[in-house]
Amino acid sequence: MSVTKTDMRNIFLAAAAFAICALLPFGDDGYWLGLGVTVAMFTTLATSWALFSGPTHYISLATAAFFGVGTYVTALGIEILPFWALVGLAGLIGAVLAALVGLATLRLSGVYFVIFTLGLAELVRQVITWVQNNTGQKGLYVLTDLDEAGIYWWLLGLAAAVFLAGWLIGRSRLGFALRIIGDDETVAAHSGINTARAKVLLFMVPGAVAAMTGAILAPRYVYIEPSLAFAPILSFQVVIMALLGGASRLWGPLLGVIPFTFLIEAVSSNFSNQTTLVIGIAFLVIVYFIPNGFVGLLDKILSRIKAREGA
Amino acid sequence: MANAVLSLRGVTKRFGGLVAVNGMDFDVAEHEVVGLIGPNGSGKSTTLNLVSGALPLSSGTVSLWGSAISGLPAQTINRKGVSRTFQLVRLLPSMNVRENVVAGAVFGHHRRWGHDAHNHAEGLLEKVGLGGKGDMSLAQLTYIDTKRVELARTLASDPKVLLLDEWLAGLNPTELQIGITLIKSLRDEGRTIILVEHVMDAIRSLCDRCVVMAAGTKIAEGTPSQVLSDKDVIRAYLGDDDA
Repeated sequence: MSVTKTDMRNIFLAAAAFAICALLPFGDDGYWLGLGVTVAMFTTLATSWALFSGPTHYISLATAAFFGVGTYVTALGIEILPFWALVGLAGLIGAVLAALVGLATLRLSGVYFVIFTLGLAELVRQVITWVQNNTGQKGLYVLTDLDEAGIYWWLLGLAAAVFLAGWLIGRSRLGFALRIIGDDETVAAHSGINTARAKVLLFMVPGAVAAMTGAILAPRYVYIEPSLAFAPILSFQVVIMALLGGASRLWGPLLGVIPFTFLIEAVSSNFSNQTTLVIGIAFLVIVYFIPNGFVGLLDKILSRIKAREGA
Repeated sequence: MANAVLSLRGVTKRFGGLVAVNGMDFDVAEHEVVGLIGPNGSGKSTTLNLVSGALPLSSGTVSLWGSAISGLPAQTINRKGVSRTFQLVRLLPSMNVRENVVAGAVFGHHRRWGHDAHNHAEGLLEKVGLGGKGDMSLAQLTYIDTKRVELARTLASDPKVLLLDEWLAGLNPTELQIGITLIKSLRDEGRTIILVEHVMDAIRSLCDRCVVMAAGTKIAEGTPSQVLSDKDVIRAYLGDDDA
């Protein structure tokens, strides 16, 4: 399909927005930059998550598994390979892992898939812990000269790539196939779509992106250990943010990431023990009151205005 | 049959101890409209599901132009040119009318994309009587219009064989006439069609040949007037007293 004038305008606006975001480290290199890294990280994770889970409605809790694998790629390889190569390698490993998981599990539907992906993160964590116990190692140090600003720019670049990929997929046959599968898998198969292949292909995107995000963030943690790298809370946060914003649009998750990051930040600095509670309450609120996220809310208001004008 | 497009040989489906379809044999020639009829629960829809790949066969073979398609997944069978509608209409609720039709055009037997698929869908909507309704949402459609959308989607990949599973069921008398005219127009285009149907008017006016099933087995085959006066067929529908 050809690129329309509206497309060109949107691309230009998106590029301008990214350019402005890229200036953040020059304005502040402390608190706000730290928050910027968190926002960039969750934007990348939640947007790529929604690329797959938005159309298919498969809720994946595997983010932590891919993310953790990515941090370990950096931790193990930082002395051997240049950083950019590690990020690429993490993406490759994440994609392969996602393909394997996808082949094994995407036949499962609903809650079985959710439980499997949750278990996956735990499985990988236990395996690494077991290996470390047997080799007498506790954790790994990641020492680089990459500072907070560098990490921020890396994440911003990855986020831009995710948005670009999402836009391209949305216009592609694969994206269309996934929408059909999400609506009715039987119809999809009887329309000539290889449903298993389409699902596995698209599941590789969040897998690769989460692993690359982990690889980029490893230097920020300095000391990598399984309980940190594979923290299951990360998977839940990504799901909640994406659903809060709305997984039906490419820019939807962003609308969830920004307010939620600020909320968590405010809660964890004031009542640090209640962070989990806030996540739990947020989840209930989303499920009960805004099941289609801010995007769904916006659509509802717009269609109501349209109907009123029409009447 | 020399120029059979679709052939069923010994097609059998068991669900545990229940034999739903038992050794079905029949052929469908090119440009032929074959009615698959029989009382409720006789295995018509199951037979259609076996042909379209919705269900795996227990034994037997289905072949398209002489090469076996049984055992292949539904998407492969669709790509080879067998396209179907469903007994209970299945549409894609998140998409508008046009996108629902485009969905059938992109991945199937004859593939189209972009403007080509868009224009093709518009043409099909015109044909099934939904011209100008492409931008409507499915919620705005009447029952027969949802059936029209499904039919247009099924036609969108230029299938070699069309399987219609009770496409006329549930229509009111006026809609039924519209529906029969529509299917007749497909027949006049020379399409090859198998239709599972209960509506006798439709069977008489549309089918070249009928295959009658009872309890999973073929009990008669011939022109509509032949099979509808056949003793076994009358017995299957109405019981011994009327035979």
